[in-house]
Amino acid sequence: MLSIKNLHVNVGDKPILKGINLQINPGEIHAIMGPNGSGKSTLAHILSGKAGYDVPGGTVTYQGKDLLEMAPEIRAREGVFLAFQYPVEIPGVSNIYLLKAALNSIRKHNGQPEVDAMDFLTLIKGKVRLLDMDEKFLYRAVNEGFSGGEKKRNEILQMAILEPRLCILDETDSGLDIDALKVVAEGVNSLRSPDRSFVMVTHYQRLLDYIKPDFVHVLAHGQIVKSGGAELALELEEKGYSWVEQAAA
Amino acid sequence: MMTTATASRYTAEYRNIGPALPGKILPWLQQLRAEALVHFSAHGFPSPREEEWRYTNVSAIEKKLFAPVLGFVPHLQTVNAQWLKSYQLEDAWSVVLVDGHFSAEFSILDGLPETVSVMSMADALTKQPELLETFLGRAVNNTEHGFIAFNTAWFTDGLFVHVPARQVLEKPIQVLHVATQADVMSTTRSVIIADEMADVKVIETFAGLDNSYLSAAVIEAFVGANADMALYKMQCESEKAYHFGGTYVKQARDARFTHYNFAFGGLLARSDIHVDLDYASECELNGLYLGIKRQHIDNHTRINHLKPHASSREMYKGVLDDRARGVFQGRVIVAEDAQKTDSQMNNRNLLLSDDAEADTKPQLEIYADDVKCGHGVTVGQLDESSIFYLQSRCIDEETARNMLTFAFANEMVDKVRIKHLHDKVLEQVLMRFPQEGVKKSWL
Repeated sequence: MLSIKNLHVNVGDKPILKGINLQINPGEIHAIMGPNGSGKSTLAHILSGKAGYDVPGGTVTYQGKDLLEMAPEIRAREGVFLAFQYPVEIPGVSNIYLLKAALNSIRKHNGQPEVDAMDFLTLIKGKVRLLDMDEKFLYRAVNEGFSGGEKKRNEILQMAILEPRLCILDETDSGLDIDALKVVAEGVNSLRSPDRSFVMVTHYQRLLDYIKPDFVHVLAHGQIVKSGGAELALELEEKGYSWVEQAAA
Repeated sequence: MMTTATASRYTAEYRNIGPALPGKILPWLQQLRAEALVHFSAHGFPSPREEEWRYTNVSAIEKKLFAPVLGFVPHLQTVNAQWLKSYQLEDAWSVVLVDGHFSAEFSILDGLPETVSVMSMADALTKQPELLETFLGRAVNNTEHGFIAFNTAWFTDGLFVHVPARQVLEKPIQVLHVATQADVMSTTRSVIIADEMADVKVIETFAGLDNSYLSAAVIEAFVGANADMALYKMQCESEKAYHFGGTYVKQARDARFTHYNFAFGGLLARSDIHVDLDYASECELNGLYLGIKRQHIDNHTRINHLKPHASSREMYKGVLDDRARGVFQGRVIVAEDAQKTDSQMNNRNLLLSDDAEADTKPQLEIYADDVKCGHGVTVGQLDESSIFYLQSRCIDEETARNMLTFAFANEMVDKVRIKHLHDKVLEQVLMRFPQEGVKKSWL
């Protein structure tokens, strides 16, 4: 699904990622953990195509294609979805409009006709119920005036409707209380499938109590310093990040 | 001294025109017109040397001598009815003014409650002269600036509305100004009176054929104690037209007033919206100006907090493309007596091209010491993080930009709760920013 090889990323002259290697197969959930400033969010951004980064070396191959060559919207249409750490508020654009525009862009990309209005409503209402959201959210402006939990739920709603192949969750648990976290986790778990993969970038182990990863990678100083199974997250929780940082040094 | 030269040309013509103007048997009106003429002869149109006109130079209007249309009776044969009706709202009463003259044929006034008066100003001067003597010229003075004096001296017609106490009008009243002839001026004066606890919504629409003309419309509105008034202005003048629109409002205690200023058309367009607030009254001013090509669109608002406990909210947004220029001057004045005033003024501008310009000048003048007043201004481009967010949701960059531009404007359009009007305003916005990016069928 996704193959990252010796990826180097700079912001200006400053190296942020220094040789990342990561192989993600269909159906797998990978957690990327690490202290603040380790480069976790940069990794999420570079995969989704955010501007402002230089890539002096390395490759990212997604479904056999060079991901870094693609414009952000092409990546999205090809099935890469970034759930934002801080979802952007867009006053004046309703949630339902954005969802229609996004879904129809994907359909057009795949040579399909626009979604039928009635089918769309049926689809969307089902997903709204799944995420325990009020239907009124659909007609409100994107993220405008939403609480932190509502914004994150809205991200998962979009994910549920767009049905991406590779879901990147950037600090999805930050700013969520435990009830909101459970709802979001249930939403994610309901989307697990043998041909869909997840990359969860998180500072906190708590999220992994609710979404069980297959692999955990620890990022420190721009490198993956340790990889393991779900149990690695528990070890980190117990010992803190200084343990791996020192082990790597 | 071009100003006074122009003024004297107009003044010289007045001798021929004056007798044809309505209300000539009313001495008080004759006096008001005479004072206006004297003031206009001496001062002419406003000049950029005046602080409140510093961003808007009206010398282009002075260079032309627009002719008034007199004794004109518009009818189906002379007016493109289909075009006119495209601006007329469904489910509303309407007074249609063609080149400054009432058209009974196009107006829709049946079914009005008997106690409510909705008619042309010329009619009202015959039927309700006492009421008009009390109100005309009371919300704005001839000395305010040249356009007011000009309007008082020359007005040919207008709208008159009187809603008595406790009367709630379910349907809005539209005054539709249409300009059909080249090089003419249409000068109208309107008076809207809502008595105590009345509720009325009035929509001013301006439209014109593809000509150069001058449209100078002044409205005086009086919102009685605890009454509700909403005034909508949809200005879609021709690309070659000059527009001055003045809205002057007096609110009695506990009155509520909302204004929506959709400034879309005209080569040079200026709107003044001035509101006087009495004890515990509330006003809300909303504005959206869209400038393309070489349009110059100026909006001037003044909110006078005269008494305690009143509140005002103001939000003006501008989208400027090509070589267009948008102006926002907003003044909030809090009198010494107006304690506990709560006022918030905002102006946001979106510049879509390097040659577009926004001039913004919020002014707070506070003479009381226990008030909550704030203002905020932005002039900028589209937010890059929003563009990326949309791209990450499958939308290409150009569409994302169009969508965000539309969204910026649409936030103001969505405030309109009268469905038929909302749809017409939306149509005008989409017409001015027609790039692929916003699909009406998805809205």
